[in-house]
Amino acid sequence: MPDCPATCPTRLTAAEQLGRMQSSDLSSAELTRAYLDRIAAVDGKVGAFLRTTEERALETAANVDKRRAAGEPLGGLAGLPVAVKDLLCDEGQLVTCASRMLETFQAPYNSTVVAKLKAADAVLIGRTNMDEFAMGGSTENSAFQPTRNPWDTERSPGGSSGGAAACVAAGEAPLSIGTDTGGSIRQPAALCGVVGLKPTYGRVSRYGAVAFASSLDQVGPLARTVGDTALLYDAIAGHCDRDSTSAPVEAKPTAPAVNTPLDGLRVGVVREQFTEGLDPEVRTAVEAAIDRYRDLGAEIVDVELPHAKYGVATYYVIAPSEASSNLARYDGIHYGRRTDEAAVHAELTAERKAATEAGDTAAAARVESALVRLYRKSRSEGFGPEVQRRIMLGAYALSAGYYDAYYLKALKVRRLIRKDYDAAFEKVNVILGPTTAAPAFKLGELINDPLAMYLVDLYTVSANLAGLPAISLPCGQSSSGLPIGMQLMAPPLEEERLLRAARMHETAYGTAPRPTL
Amino acid sequence: MAISRDDVERVAKLARLELDEAQIEELTPQLAEIVAYVDQLAEVDTEGVEPMAHGVELSNVLRQDVVRPGLSHEAALANAPRSDQDGFRVPAVLDG
Repeated sequence: MPDCPATCPTRLTAAEQLGRMQSSDLSSAELTRAYLDRIAAVDGKVGAFLRTTEERALETAANVDKRRAAGEPLGGLAGLPVAVKDLLCDEGQLVTCASRMLETFQAPYNSTVVAKLKAADAVLIGRTNMDEFAMGGSTENSAFQPTRNPWDTERSPGGSSGGAAACVAAGEAPLSIGTDTGGSIRQPAALCGVVGLKPTYGRVSRYGAVAFASSLDQVGPLARTVGDTALLYDAIAGHCDRDSTSAPVEAKPTAPAVNTPLDGLRVGVVREQFTEGLDPEVRTAVEAAIDRYRDLGAEIVDVELPHAKYGVATYYVIAPSEASSNLARYDGIHYGRRTDEAAVHAELTAERKAATEAGDTAAAARVESALVRLYRKSRSEGFGPEVQRRIMLGAYALSAGYYDAYYLKALKVRRLIRKDYDAAFEKVNVILGPTTAAPAFKLGELINDPLAMYLVDLYTVSANLAGLPAISLPCGQSSSGLPIGMQLMAPPLEEERLLRAARMHETAYGTAPRPTL
Repeated sequence: MAISRDDVERVAKLARLELDEAQIEELTPQLAEIVAYVDQLAEVDTEGVEPMAHGVELSNVLRQDVVRPGLSHEAALANAPRSDQDGFRVPAVLDG
């Protein structure tokens, strides 16, 4: 059955599904089964999932149903299927980060986010595909499989949380968890026509989330509606004392407030974002969104972000630098791929012998130690090309003689980018703009042009650099039927404001349509 | 600052990566292009600007020095490519 009929429970929002389960009109077993059937029917085409955890999901669902029938107290997501990006540790499960380096790595503990999902009685349905180690904007850098955009399977779903966005768009899960370092939740959300939120840096624990760039990474929710996004966000947000970068504040629930519009909302627009380089259909769609806010009584105010144009350059110094440091732990020693040791010893022996026989004792002495050769081979075998490229970039930017000119300089420009936002937020409550410059690109189109791929992050990186919360939601479709997303940003810790502002647009625009698969 | 082939080989050693000839040939112009792009940061006036290393500016996040459950010996070794009951097995570090 290629498409789910109108009566299928997967057609409801997560909030509606929760309501039906609470009034015993729907069981979690039935709901979970429906999603597993959907995955079986379409994931061959979409490739959103690296693994489904079918048995455990059905067990959890049955358990929730039993406890609900017995009147026991249940968590806030009780019985709802949730897909998780394969980067968050789930004890005993594989966490591969879509890399050959971690192909067989089993999580020794639960990440805080997964622990919270379990405590909320969510049904963890499967692990979603991603760009390797979260590095990429198309999910083409997965070492295992590509993910296809459900709206046009020749196109990318975006990345790095391409699987998390695609599975929600394709109706394979009502809720998913992604991560966002430079746009990796928001950009795929925009390209797949779903809602994706990157919380304020420090709002959601990074404990047990495999690190890419520690000062930029954030874990966040994806869903088809703003209300569902708020529901999932509430389950995962909050201070964590295992994450020393966790904001020392309590997270108030946002779901109860989400339907209350914001009176006197002042929406900032950055005119500079609407110049050449922006696809005209994206411009039209985002301008229509601005009009909707005006019609809802909001005031539209021009704001300037003079340093935003340096965002991509700043990001592509900081992120690779931090990545080169974070990925140094993959050395083939404690976990992850280790190269064939016997082959290493044989290779080194042959090299020393060749040098000695040629009379070059200096060269023989310079032959690497087995340990270093082990590191180099394990890493080069385990990491894909994009990961190696970013490690190289980072190591270069941090190396002696370049540190000041690149890394330190980038951190200073980062401060200026943040200050621009602080100044803008004195005049407005939220900032509205496009999430991406164009709708979904074709698979294969940008993969051989790294810089072109990096420039896709143009509108999203600043939120990560500045640590601000940002959300992408659907606001239109291209003439070829591809989703177009708009981005809203707010000051630090203002997720409730962001979600309420997003909900205002959704009430005017409607819930995004579903692709036909 | 143009990135050269020598730079690439030097950095590969620092990063403990082993690049073959084809990779060096492909990577050198790609890195050069990216570095040329990020060089635009030099035009920004950052006189007197404090570097911003983090989104949330916290410092000295401490907790009470009380023992809490941690990772067991077994769990820590569970993913080791090569280990015995004591620890991780690695190639000899001395007399390599």
